[in-house]
Amino acid sequence: MKRLSAILWLLLAALPAYAQTLTIKVGVLRQTHIRETLSILDLPAIDDGLAGALLGAIDNNTTGKFTQQNYEVIDSKLDQDADLAKETDALIDKGAHFIIADLPAQNLLDASAIAKKRDALLFNISAPDVSLREEDCRANIIHVAPDRTMLADGLAQYLIWKQWRRWLLIKGSHPEDDSLAQAYRRAAKKFGAKIVEERLYEDTGGGRRSDSGSVQTQRQMPTLTQNAAGYDVLLAVDENNVFADYLPYRAWEPKLVVGSAGLYPTNWDAAHEQWGAHQLQNRFVANYHRTMNARDNAAWLSMRIIGEAAVRTQSNRPSDVLTYIVGKDFSIAAFKGVRLTIRSWNQQLRQPILLSDGRMTISVSPQEGFLHQTSELDTLGYDQPETKCRLK
Amino acid sequence: MNKLLLILIFAALTFASPAAAYLAYVSNEKGNTISIIDTDKLDVISTVKVGRRPRGIELNKDGSELYICAGDDDAIQVFDAKAQKITGKLPSGPDPELLTLSPDGDIIYVSNENDNLVTLIDIKRKDQIGDIPVGVEPEGMAISPDGKLLVNTSETTNMAHLIDTKTKTIIANILVDNRPRFATFKPDGSELWVSSEVGGTISVIDPEKKIIKQKISFDVPGMSKEAIQPIGVSITRDGSRAFVALGPANRVAVINAQTKEVEKYLLVGQRVWHLAFTPDEKYLLTANGVSNDVSIIDVANLKVVKSIPVGAFPWGVVVAPQ
Repeated sequence: MKRLSAILWLLLAALPAYAQTLTIKVGVLRQTHIRETLSILDLPAIDDGLAGALLGAIDNNTTGKFTQQNYEVIDSKLDQDADLAKETDALIDKGAHFIIADLPAQNLLDASAIAKKRDALLFNISAPDVSLREEDCRANIIHVAPDRTMLADGLAQYLIWKQWRRWLLIKGSHPEDDSLAQAYRRAAKKFGAKIVEERLYEDTGGGRRSDSGSVQTQRQMPTLTQNAAGYDVLLAVDENNVFADYLPYRAWEPKLVVGSAGLYPTNWDAAHEQWGAHQLQNRFVANYHRTMNARDNAAWLSMRIIGEAAVRTQSNRPSDVLTYIVGKDFSIAAFKGVRLTIRSWNQQLRQPILLSDGRMTISVSPQEGFLHQTSELDTLGYDQPETKCRLK
Repeated sequence: MNKLLLILIFAALTFASPAAAYLAYVSNEKGNTISIIDTDKLDVISTVKVGRRPRGIELNKDGSELYICAGDDDAIQVFDAKAQKITGKLPSGPDPELLTLSPDGDIIYVSNENDNLVTLIDIKRKDQIGDIPVGVEPEGMAISPDGKLLVNTSETTNMAHLIDTKTKTIIANILVDNRPRFATFKPDGSELWVSSEVGGTISVIDPEKKIIKQKISFDVPGMSKEAIQPIGVSITRDGSRAFVALGPANRVAVINAQTKEVEKYLLVGQRVWHLAFTPDEKYLLTANGVSNDVSIIDVANLKVVKSIPVGAFPWGVVVAPQ
């Protein structure tokens, strides 16, 4: 007995520096995604995005065993009439000073305003809006998701590499489609491609699936795409998933579809397995019984970024974490072949863009030969000399 | 009697061979084969089919057996060097990637990427004799020359875990740069070198004090920082020089192991993974994943003298002693 207590005393004496466990609470503030998808395979899961954050916490907690850190996830799912301000406040009240946000642009800015007053740091995992990284950039948002110009540039570089320089652009009628089309026009100009013509697919509303849907679609798509000037690829611009998936195999000419269907640019895909990614995919499927999508991955990566910064700084304070991740010592591994860092001028994560057809990673941009004086990853999207962002 | 006969045969063979011809084994990750190279002829003399996704490989002391991590078969295969065929398998955990042997040759320590464990295997009994929980995605494995200290690196936790082989417990966790993939001791045991693939650095650790005493980074003119991804490390027996494979930078860095200064970059094949010296340290062999070949470096002259085509996606390389 005496001996045991002596050992206990020894242990206690040896441990003071590590005795205290540092707890890091991370909120997940997420919108409800529409179930109106063209393909039944794209229906959002109940734990969409959240599952990625949870896996990130499991990974961080494995490391935390050695560093005396503990990560907790607090979920906040917003339904249609949720009060965003109230929910954001509630998360921070519960101690979540890091918030992984799956929100549309305006909601993200609103949450950022609240977070600013209460010393919280946001991680944008889904909003692709360029304005959030440019004129509306905020000092308390880290953009883990790529923006539209990064995605468009990633695809464009590959099309140039393939010498498919003539694009027939078909866009949807939503405001997001205008923004995405603008990103592709910019990419065409930047890399020397030509948009031979632009066409519009009007969203007339209504349901997107029916029992005899394919019969009508088979007749509509050739009409939509006939009599076009000579082109190499059909570029679908359809961020809301209204028509793009109808195009492959149905266009007037036997041409490949790229953009919002066919070969698409993304930050993550369930089919990606290079650079050790299969390990992450295996862990995800084993835990959540479904595959990891782009939002799940961005949430996982946000959690890893928080974990990496908290381990290196030994701090759970948002200001310490932010200073570290925008600094020169930060980098993170994300199974994409290179280290990822943060663009200090607008807090956008530098990252390769995967080009996938949903079955395979077809290629990864930046492509060989697209050079840059500091990082080839900065050939994707707006670069520092062009930025309008003034962080505040 | 049998043993004596073997020794005699072995001695006869040794004295009979005029030059130092060794056998190098190269694991071909996608080819599911092992290429065997005669280092005298500098040519592949045979290619053997093995398990699925062979990566980490190690020889036993006398070179009679090769242990192959067949990741997709969740096993370590035992390859008989003389018969040139697989003779059995050892029970690893899921997806074994790299392994190391105890200096007495009795125990294999293997990292299992999928369940965050280092598994201990008794080679004679062909049985698992323990597990040590480590960080996320364990990979690099090294053992100190005296066999007392085992090191595992975990790729996502970004640590070198120092393990006491006697108590089979972790005694220190050292934070290194991102995605540590490989660890090796200086032959005299005075330093532990850990390569960080994504971080782009080598951490030189003092195994006594259990701290990083120096970091080595690389700068290849005309190449972006992101492309420089250190993986395999080989240090000469006298501890004077180290060679570091730089992955997609397609180069091997030559480092003065005393001053830690990079002396030279040698252009090899594409995505160079692991390295191995011939026992006389005349040559260093590099497994080049994307170009499907092995580069031969003349160690004395620091020149690449040949590239030998092997199987698909060569990954690991070891050379059998005489």
